[in-house]
Amino acid sequence: MDIYLVEAIVNGILLGGVLALLALGLNLIFGVIDVVWIAYADIVMCGMYLIYVLYVVLGWPLPLAFLAGILALGGFGVLVHLLIIEPILRSAPINQLLATGGLLFFLQSFATLLFGTDFRNIGVRLPIIELGEVYISYARLMAFAIALIGAVALYLFLKRTFIGTAIRAIAQDRDIIGLMGIDQRRVYLITSMIGGALAGLAACLLSLQYDVHPFIGNTFGPLIFMICVLGGLGNMIGGFVAAFVISQIISIGGYYSNTEASYVLAFTLFIVLMFVRPRGILTP
Amino acid sequence: MSVRHALTAGAAAVLLAAPLWAPPYFMHLLIQILLWGFIYTAWSLMGRFGFVSLGHGAFMGVGAYVPALLWNYYSITPWLGIPLGIAMAVVLAVVIGYPCFRLRVVGHYFALVTLALSQVVLLSIVAARDITGGSLGLTQNAAGFSWYALQFPDKRYFYVISVVLWLGGLLVWRSIDRGVSRQALDAISEDEEAAAAIGIDVLREKLRVTVISAALTALGGAIFGQYLMYLNPETVSGIAVSLQIVFAAIVGGMYTMLGPIVGALLTISLNEGLRVAFATNFIGAANTIYGILLILCIIFMPRGIVGVLERIALRRLQPHAVTATASAPSSGQ
Repeated sequence: MDIYLVEAIVNGILLGGVLALLALGLNLIFGVIDVVWIAYADIVMCGMYLIYVLYVVLGWPLPLAFLAGILALGGFGVLVHLLIIEPILRSAPINQLLATGGLLFFLQSFATLLFGTDFRNIGVRLPIIELGEVYISYARLMAFAIALIGAVALYLFLKRTFIGTAIRAIAQDRDIIGLMGIDQRRVYLITSMIGGALAGLAACLLSLQYDVHPFIGNTFGPLIFMICVLGGLGNMIGGFVAAFVISQIISIGGYYSNTEASYVLAFTLFIVLMFVRPRGILTP
Repeated sequence: MSVRHALTAGAAAVLLAAPLWAPPYFMHLLIQILLWGFIYTAWSLMGRFGFVSLGHGAFMGVGAYVPALLWNYYSITPWLGIPLGIAMAVVLAVVIGYPCFRLRVVGHYFALVTLALSQVVLLSIVAARDITGGSLGLTQNAAGFSWYALQFPDKRYFYVISVVLWLGGLLVWRSIDRGVSRQALDAISEDEEAAAAIGIDVLREKLRVTVISAALTALGGAIFGQYLMYLNPETVSGIAVSLQIVFAAIVGGMYTMLGPIVGALLTISLNEGLRVAFATNFIGAANTIYGILLILCIIFMPRGIVGVLERIALRRLQPHAVTATASAPSSGQ
């Protein structure tokens, strides 16, 4: 097999890890609160800027900057829920999607206002690993590993803890949950916090690989919605599989043709799959 | 009644007289407001019934690029190219709309499918960069003043075209608003299953309004391209344009006839005002305000500016009639 094809496949798998992590956060919010945070990728962008400011401008140690990024976005997730989602929780779901669309505009332009449209990099250069003839970026490998660990941790949290069980229960039936003595509002706030924190974790991993600019959310935002829906709501394993399917299409497609064409293929496949498998690729 | 007529007459006089007094810069703004107002009106034909499409960037992109490419490569007049572009947009609308409506893909799933569609069109234009110029954009071959090429260096021609287009859009809006389908569509937006149960052909009604909306959007995109004489995938298609269309229509008020044009007026003057006031020091300031405005608008007045004004006016005129209209679809499903 062609060595560049192997490299494309490996890179696809590594990209899939980070996409899976992002889709997981979105899936949690989508499944539990029944809201699409269309600005999710832009919240990640904010986290990348925060890490940039803390590490490069203020000179904090990198792990501390990462931790601060995760905590800050967790808090931001709570704020998004309190300020934007909660006032319109009872109105049509599409209104909530549109309200977070307003947030998308706000975050992108506010970032432009503060930082301009320059590409900024935290300047951490991690080595490249050479495996036979295949070159693998260490940053990507690490991002993949941490994304997997994050996903497993989330899985255990949802399965093993009381509040995790409550979160899964509410995703299945939101009307009955009050009868079980669970405060719905609290579950929503915790879910939003976890969603935000996952965005923060993704921001850490992405800032090792990509330059940050105000519109970076536009490049992978639509992708994670596709993955989230393709995986099926509340189906974490489905989301994982979908993330790798999409990332493989993009990297193998990019190898045979150009990047845009492979994105076109991915989005077209999404539309078709929505029609033949509306509940997600793993649910017949 | 007479106040309303006086207002309409006044607005018409200002619109008609604009080419006589307005400097080119204001003409440019007016044309943009009218064209975007037309496109926002086209979107609100669907949006007001709760079919929130994030795919209108796709229709606009197809409508703009098809005539431009045909003109540049085959010298086919836009008089043929524009109908072809519209036809392609309609085909696209049916290809996406039919399965969506058939399989009951609604609410945010519909929004996400149409979002994917607008990404497909945007990225296809970029991917075919050998033909379309990709992200660098496309400039139509200039023909000077020509009816054949639909190119007029004089802004007044495009001004008249935009006014006619916008008024035409309002007529379509009104004919749907007053037609029989209106009740069917209202019923569908309230409860699709129930609407189907009382014998409404849900698929046909939804498809019809989608096709009209897509066709008008493509036409708007085509005229926009002819006016600017430059196309860029980012400015006529994709997620950013789709969201811009949705949001301006909502802020203005998508349930009223004049809401979309107010949305266009507001967003474009806000943009230009801040640009003039702060020059380039404050890139992004307009959209920052815009974003906040949007969130507040959706939370506190989902009917938009014109919707709220209309309700206030109604309350003042006939205090008892408000309860009757208050149950109009405020959001839909």
